[in-house]
Amino acid sequence: MTAVSRSASPKAARGRRSFSLMIGAGLLGVIVVLAILAPWITPHDPLAHNLESILAPPSSDYLLGTDHLGRDVWTRLLYAARLDLLIGVGAVITPFVTGTLLGAVAGYYGGRIDLAVSAATDMLFAFPYYVLIIALVFSLGPGIPSIFIAMAIVAWVSYARIVRGEVLSARGQQYVMAAKTLGYSDLRIIVRHILPNVITQPVTYAMSDIVVIIVGVVTLSYLGLGVPPPTPDWGSMIASGQSYLTTQWQLSTIPGIAVVIVGLSFSLIGDGLTHRLRPE
Amino acid sequence: MALRYFLRRLLRMIPVILGMTIIVFFMIHLVPGDPARTLLGPRAPAAAIEAFNLRWGFDRPLHEQFLSFLGGLFQGDLGTSMSYNVPTTELVSGRFTPTLLLLGISALFAMIISLPLAVVAALREERTPDHVVRVIPMVGLGLPAFWVGILLLTFVALRVDWLPVGGYGATWPDRLIAMILPGLTVAIGIAPFTIRSLRSSLIEVMEADYIATARAKGLGGVRVLWAHGLRNAVIPTVTVLGVNLGWLVGNTLIVEKVFALPGLGALMIDAVLERDFAVVQGMALIFGLLVVLVNLLADVVRASLDPRVQLS
Repeated sequence: MTAVSRSASPKAARGRRSFSLMIGAGLLGVIVVLAILAPWITPHDPLAHNLESILAPPSSDYLLGTDHLGRDVWTRLLYAARLDLLIGVGAVITPFVTGTLLGAVAGYYGGRIDLAVSAATDMLFAFPYYVLIIALVFSLGPGIPSIFIAMAIVAWVSYARIVRGEVLSARGQQYVMAAKTLGYSDLRIIVRHILPNVITQPVTYAMSDIVVIIVGVVTLSYLGLGVPPPTPDWGSMIASGQSYLTTQWQLSTIPGIAVVIVGLSFSLIGDGLTHRLRPE
Repeated sequence: MALRYFLRRLLRMIPVILGMTIIVFFMIHLVPGDPARTLLGPRAPAAAIEAFNLRWGFDRPLHEQFLSFLGGLFQGDLGTSMSYNVPTTELVSGRFTPTLLLLGISALFAMIISLPLAVVAALREERTPDHVVRVIPMVGLGLPAFWVGILLLTFVALRVDWLPVGGYGATWPDRLIAMILPGLTVAIGIAPFTIRSLRSSLIEVMEADYIATARAKGLGGVRVLWAHGLRNAVIPTVTVLGVNLGWLVGNTLIVEKVFALPGLGALMIDAVLERDFAVVQGMALIFGLLVVLVNLLADVVRASLDPRVQLS
């Protein structure tokens, strides 16, 4: 009986995985299209105050109502998607590249380089994530460039850890030995031979990392350390709605739902990629 | 044996703590930006800036500043708050209890949430309950902790009489009640990790030979699951809690702010908003040390649950 379920389950799992990839990509696709088309499909200006319709309930003119300055929530939601998605995807690139390279070098050469990289990752990992990010943004000053720098300093650690472990076990494999025997340079072996074989792990991790970064950006903005107002951003939208929880609860609730949907779509893509990129 | 394990573990902490001190100091000091200018404003007279730098030692070379910071640490001195002009340690002293209470209650809630879900998923592997449970971490990862807190405030605290909308009670029963929603918020943030880990280790453990032996002895399903399965599956989950402690503690920072709890996290965020350099620096270090110490605790717990750990 176990044998049957054994042979059946990987197939079922694979089917489910490509299903989650499809759903994830579909969800994200819809959000990206809405974000790109924001200037054409939103009826209002995201920054325009309209003091005659402050805190208006949802209506045909204002799909999701207006905030305390009379700005259209639906419009701001879509403009925020543009910015927050861009930051999330953009801020993952530098840590992905540096972490992957450092991890590969540490795993390949071992010795002192490995000791140095591992010590750095251990120490950075020991700090609470938000403590590091908040302290860095504090000393860099609030704003979007600071977020990019802070993420670059903090987020490479996970990639370095993942790739180091993978390279460490790849180092003893025959294809690496073969490349060495052929006299290829270390750089060529790492970049052309090892990295293509281990890149799946950091790529799938990057999908959840984007979620972590977007949640981080939104959190910083909520605290007033991220995207400066009046630029539309989900975090500052939630923060400004917090004063109206008893009467206009949707102001704080809706932008959070947007964050969750974006997070879910990236997680589904990551889940699907895990199996798509690594056929058993 | 246990003592030797503990001592070895303590020794390994020393270089980590030293490294953390260096990271915290340079994170605050190496970054471009002039504390005097940010604090006194761009139009402050040169004399005021000079006096400020002299007062706080910013005129001295960086390595000298670091050595005096380090020297202060050995004497239990975390520097002086610029906003309140009192030692940082004085601001910190009353703040530990709410944060530690919140951490403990969150860890408890996280286990209460994850145990049943992981058991259901593991026993119905690759069937509907399992699929449902496996989607939870995907949703959970994208949940901003402060937003979950706001939702609980809106839809629970504002609608229920006996729950406070924030703040920290004066008596212990009040304090525990005040911790329910913040604890739940932090637990929801950490549950994705614990559910995932508990589920996969439970699946692995339930296939072990000793489970088959226990069943062959005629033990009931619940007994096997509880005494043999869960006890072994919980060990890796304690490690997962330890590894993700940074995430757990980081969330308490934000959640304290949302629920107006007078803990360490709220102090750090207030210091950031007031641009109080010394307090931010001291708090970052305290949080780092807190994680290292709780990790030590998690290792000791793990070692006492599983004697094999001490040998590795």
